[in-house]
Amino acid sequence: MSKSRHLLSSSLGKKLIMSLTGLFLCTFLIVHLIGNLQLFYNDQGKAFNDYAHFMTHFTPIRVVSYLLYASIVIHAIYALVITIHNRKARPVKYAVYRGSANSAWNSRNMGILGTVLLVFIVTHMSNFWWKYHNDGVPYIEYRTDLATQETTVTELIGDEYTDYVKYIDNDVEVIKAKDLYKQVQFTFKNWLLVAFYVISMAALSFHLIHGFKSAFQTLGFDHKKYAPVIRFLGVWLFGVAIPIGFAAMPLYFYFSS
Amino acid sequence: MSGNMNLTLKVWRQKNDKTRGKFVTYQANGISQDMSFLEMLDVVNEDLVRKGEDPIHFDHDCREGICGMCSLHINGRPHGPKQGTTTCQLHMRSFHDGQTIVIEPWRASAFPVIKDLAVDRTAFDRIQQAGGYVNVNTGGVPDANTIPIPKVVADEAFESATCIGCGACVAACKNASAMLFVSAKISQYALMPQGQTERYSRAQAMVAQMDAEGFGSCTNTGACEAECPVGIKLTNIARMNREYLNAKIFKEEEAH
Repeated sequence: MSKSRHLLSSSLGKKLIMSLTGLFLCTFLIVHLIGNLQLFYNDQGKAFNDYAHFMTHFTPIRVVSYLLYASIVIHAIYALVITIHNRKARPVKYAVYRGSANSAWNSRNMGILGTVLLVFIVTHMSNFWWKYHNDGVPYIEYRTDLATQETTVTELIGDEYTDYVKYIDNDVEVIKAKDLYKQVQFTFKNWLLVAFYVISMAALSFHLIHGFKSAFQTLGFDHKKYAPVIRFLGVWLFGVAIPIGFAAMPLYFYFSS
Repeated sequence: MSGNMNLTLKVWRQKNDKTRGKFVTYQANGISQDMSFLEMLDVVNEDLVRKGEDPIHFDHDCREGICGMCSLHINGRPHGPKQGTTTCQLHMRSFHDGQTIVIEPWRASAFPVIKDLAVDRTAFDRIQQAGGYVNVNTGGVPDANTIPIPKVVADEAFESATCIGCGACVAACKNASAMLFVSAKISQYALMPQGQTERYSRAQAMVAQMDAEGFGSCTNTGACEAECPVGIKLTNIARMNREYLNAKIFKEEEAH
């Protein structure tokens, strides 16, 4: 038997990388959605801004976030490498090719859907991540009377904000934080961006309806009893619930402003 | 002759894999609905021979759907519009009078065109030779059925072994991937006790040969399963992935 190649340079090894990075990104979506549901709290962004500070400063989460950025890059690069290889495998195209007769549209166009998502990730990170990390967002102070649970809110300007603080003084909880919530409100006043976000979530839906179950198939997981559970989660959790949850955010802010 | 059809054929003509091919249009007149697709091409070829022209080259052998020799990408689908049939089992009643039929060879860099519609599928032979066999001891012939094999396992292995190696999976796949074929061939041995000796080296060797032949990667579209004339299932690909990853990661002593 001939000598085989190293695992990661083989076709199956490259698919393994795609599936592992893809599934890791899927787990991120669950956390990201649950965290961002705090945008819907009617508390002028207190919970959300506090959460945003935690997510950007708690060391284990920062480590995971760098893994996440790496996964996005690796997933995209490997997709490109595999696509180029696959194109080479059929140098002369068919004059007539009826893909719709034997496979789903989204499964044949993961690259297009993925490209939409990559553009979305760049847009999304420049809208929020970049501004949050580079002093592009306003500052806010919350004073909550712990006895009555009443919160008063003050916008902080210039020198009034030095760093994130959270303390309790005389039964009053004081939080000074970057106001990412206001940045969200501001960003989603732009209907073009709102439309792009919603379209991107549709792309996410179709990408994951194929991608989630496909990742398990690539890992060799195909089980009479449990594979249908994977397919169900792929469609209803990753294809429906999560994209709708995310798409609801820009729509909520656009129509409530 | 009532019920006979007149058809327009757009056939890929190519001298060899060094030259560029092109579509040539032929008329196929008075075609009976009871003819198979290959018999229809025979009729067209007889006409071409009478005119002193070069007949259309296409692969065929048993003409009863078991040898895997016939191919043809017909109107955008391998083995034509019917599911679960080879081209020799496809009858002209699946088409209608006046229809235009586009006939192309399997298109993959690993399947170079020999001439017209005939492609070189020896890449499959080389993959099979890389590991698709079992070693047996010489000596007296053992009694039949001395190795206990559960019925479900035997059935599953038999289903995988029904692959006729026609290459429709490669032809249907948007990536020209051969993984349905290779996975069926790996599965038929991996499932059986007789195939255990070479189990992990086989998976590695056959996947390596598949990559070396220049086939694409699977993206799990399922087109191969839908177009396979003998119904080889996608679960074979999952099994191949399992066998391969298991061999590479957990079977250190057998890793290549």
